[in-house]
Amino acid sequence: MNRTVLDLWVGFFVALGLAAVLFLALKVGNLSSAHLSDTYVLQARFDNIGGLKVRGPVRSAGVLVGRIADIGFDPESYQAVVTMNIDGRYRFPRDTFASIYTAGLLGEQYIGLDVGGDDKMLQAGDMVRMTQSAVVLEKLLGQFLFNKAAEGQESK
Amino acid sequence: MPGPLELVRRLGSSVVDRVWRLGFATRFFFAILLHSGTALRRLSLTLREIYFSGVLSLLIIIVSGLFVGLVLGLQGYETLQRFGSTEALGVLVSLSLVRELGPVVAGLLFASRAGSSITAEIGLMKTTEQLKAMDMMAVNPIARVVAPRFWGGVISMPLLAAMFSAMGVFGGWLIGVVFIGVDDGAFWSQMQSSVDFRYDIMNGVIKSVVFGFAVSLIAVFEGYDSAPTAEGVSRAITRTVVTSAMTILALDFILTSFMFRGN
Amino acid sequence: MADDSLVDIRDLHFHYDGRPVLQGIDMKIPRGKVVAIMGGSGCGKTTLLRCIGGQLKPTGGSVRLENHQVCKMSEAELYRLRRRMGMLFQFGALFTDLSVFDNVAFPLREHTDLSEEMIRDLVLMKLEAVGLRGAHALMPASLSGGMARRVALARAVALDPTLIMYDEPFTGLDPIALGVIGRLIRSLNDALGATSIMVTHDIQESLLIVDYIYFLNGGKVVAQGAPDEIRASSDPFVYQFVHAEPDGPVHFDYPAPTVLQDFLPGGAHARAA
Repeated sequence: MNRTVLDLWVGFFVALGLAAVLFLALKVGNLSSAHLSDTYVLQARFDNIGGLKVRGPVRSAGVLVGRIADIGFDPESYQAVVTMNIDGRYRFPRDTFASIYTAGLLGEQYIGLDVGGDDKMLQAGDMVRMTQSAVVLEKLLGQFLFNKAAEGQESK
Repeated sequence: MPGPLELVRRLGSSVVDRVWRLGFATRFFFAILLHSGTALRRLSLTLREIYFSGVLSLLIIIVSGLFVGLVLGLQGYETLQRFGSTEALGVLVSLSLVRELGPVVAGLLFASRAGSSITAEIGLMKTTEQLKAMDMMAVNPIARVVAPRFWGGVISMPLLAAMFSAMGVFGGWLIGVVFIGVDDGAFWSQMQSSVDFRYDIMNGVIKSVVFGFAVSLIAVFEGYDSAPTAEGVSRAITRTVVTSAMTILALDFILTSFMFRGN
Repeated sequence: MADDSLVDIRDLHFHYDGRPVLQGIDMKIPRGKVVAIMGGSGCGKTTLLRCIGGQLKPTGGSVRLENHQVCKMSEAELYRLRRRMGMLFQFGALFTDLSVFDNVAFPLREHTDLSEEMIRDLVLMKLEAVGLRGAHALMPASLSGGMARRVALARAVALDPTLIMYDEPFTGLDPIALGVIGRLIRSLNDALGATSIMVTHDIQESLLIVDYIYFLNGGKVVAQGAPDEIRASSDPFVYQFVHAEPDGPVHFDYPAPTVLQDFLPGGAHARAA
C-alpha cells in the first residue's frame, strides 16, 4: 500500500479514537459539569455521616456547589471529619449550617449548606461549626418503636 | 490409558513448562523494551503496525460495539421498566460499557482479530527463516519486527476500546430514545451525573491500556516462540487467542477489585 | 599460507542438547575463493555455517574471521561484523511483506544513510547483476523458486560483503535455474573480490564452480581437495558421494539386527506381534 494512504488511514483511526474518548469524557461523563474551577476547601464535623461517600455532591438551595473530597475520622472527638471542595465562585457566611440529607427516600446522601445571616464569610480551610448528622433510618425506627412502647406503658 | 503416576508426571512437566515459558516471556518483554528505540525513532514502522492492528480492526469493533449497545438498551429497558426508572437507562448502558464491557469485549475482539494475525505473521517469518536472515543482516529482529508490532498493539487497543464504548452508548441511545421513547434529556443528564470522568472513564481507559500491553505481548511472544513449522504456527495462533482471553478476564477481575472499592 | 585465509576454523565442537553435531572441525577458507562444504543431510553443515556467522556459539574450538575471534564477540561486535557478511538462506528467506525492490534495499536502508536516489541506483544495479531488474516491483509471492533465490542473492550482496555464505543454494531448483545460480555464485564472488562458503550436497554443480571442497561426515572433515583431486579421489566416501552409489561407507540400511535374527521365529518380528 502507498505510504501516504497508510498514514492517512492511521491518522483517521487515531482521530476517531480520540473523538471517542472525548465523547465519553464530555457527553457520557461529567467532565464538563463536574470540573469545578479553582475550588477552596471547607471542613465540617459530623457525629454520624450515615452513607455519605467521597465524591458525593455538596448542594446549596439544591444547586451543586461542590464535592466531598475526603472523609476521615477524628480519634480525639470520635467524630467524622468531612473535607469539601467548594466552587470558588461561591462564598458562604460563617453561620452556615451543614446537614446531611438524602435525595428521595432511598437515594444518595449529600451535604446541604443552609445559609445563615452573618456578614463574615467562611475562608478556605475553615471549619463549618454547625452541623446536623445524617438521619439513620434504623435509629429513627427504633426510637419510634420505643416511644410507642412507652406510650403503651403509660396508658396502662 | 496412562496410569496415575504417568498423569502426575505429565501434570508436573506441564507446570514446569508453563513456568519456564512465563519466565521466558518476562525476559522477552524486557528485551522488547530494551530494543524499542528503533520502533519509536522510526515512527513509520510503528505506524504501519497501527494500521494493521488498529485500522483493520475498526469495522469489527464498531459493529460489535453497536450491537452490544443495542442489546444492553433492550435488556436494560426491560429490567428498569419493572422499577419504573427507565430514565436510568443511560446510566446502566454507559456504566456497564465504560467500566467493563468496553475494555473487556474490545480486548477479546482485538486478541482474535489483531493478536492472532500478529502471531501468524511473526510465526511465518520464523518458519521461512526471515528472522534468521534479518539477524544475519545485522538487524535485530526484536527491534525491527517485534517491537513495532508490540507498540502498534499497545497504542491501538485503548483507542479501539474507547470507540467500542462510544458506539455502545450510541446503540443504547438508539434503542432507548429513538425506538422506545425514553426521554432524551433524562437519558443524557442522568448518565452525566452518574458517570464520573476520573473514576469510571479513566479506570476503563487504564484497563484497556493494560489489556493492550497483555494481548500485544502474548501475541508477539507466541509468534516468536512458535515451532517453525506450519503446525507450530497454527498452534501458536490458538494459544494466543486462548491465553489472551484468559489473561484479559483474570486481569479484569484484579483491576476491578483494585479500582472500585465501594466508595 | 595461514595469513592468506579469511576464515580459520580450529577444532570446532558443537553439541545440540547433548548430542554431538560437530566434533573437531579444522578448516581454512582462503581469501577470494569459493569453497564448498559437502556432506549428507544432517551432518552438521548448516550448523557449521551458523557458527561462522556467530548465530550459534560452539561448545569448543574457535572460529577466526580476519583477525576477529567470532565465538568471543559480543552481540554489538557481531552485528558490526555481520554488515560485512552476506548470507543466502536455503529458500531465500525473502521478506514476504516487502517488494523485490524493498527486499534488496533493506540492508542499504538499515545500515547506510544513502539518499533514496542512491539506493534506487544501487538496488537496480544489484538486480541487474542477477538479471531481475525488470522484476523489481513484484512481490516475493509471485516469484518462482529460482527467481526468489536470485533476489535473495542480490540482497545478500547489497552491501558488497567480504564473505558470502550460501546455505543449500541449489535445493529445489530445476536444472536451468540451478545452473544460473551456480554461475552467479562464481561470477559475483569474482566481481566483488569476495570469499564464498557454500554448503550443499549438489556435487556435480559444485565441482564445476568451486575452488576447493571439504567433505563432512559424522561431524568431522573426512576428505578435502580441489575439484580435480576430488574427481580422481579413491577415498571410498568421496567416491560414493561423487558417484551417488547407494551403498558404501554411508549405509543404505538403517542399523538393524541381522536378517536371520529378525525373521526367524522368536526374532523382532515375533516380539512385535
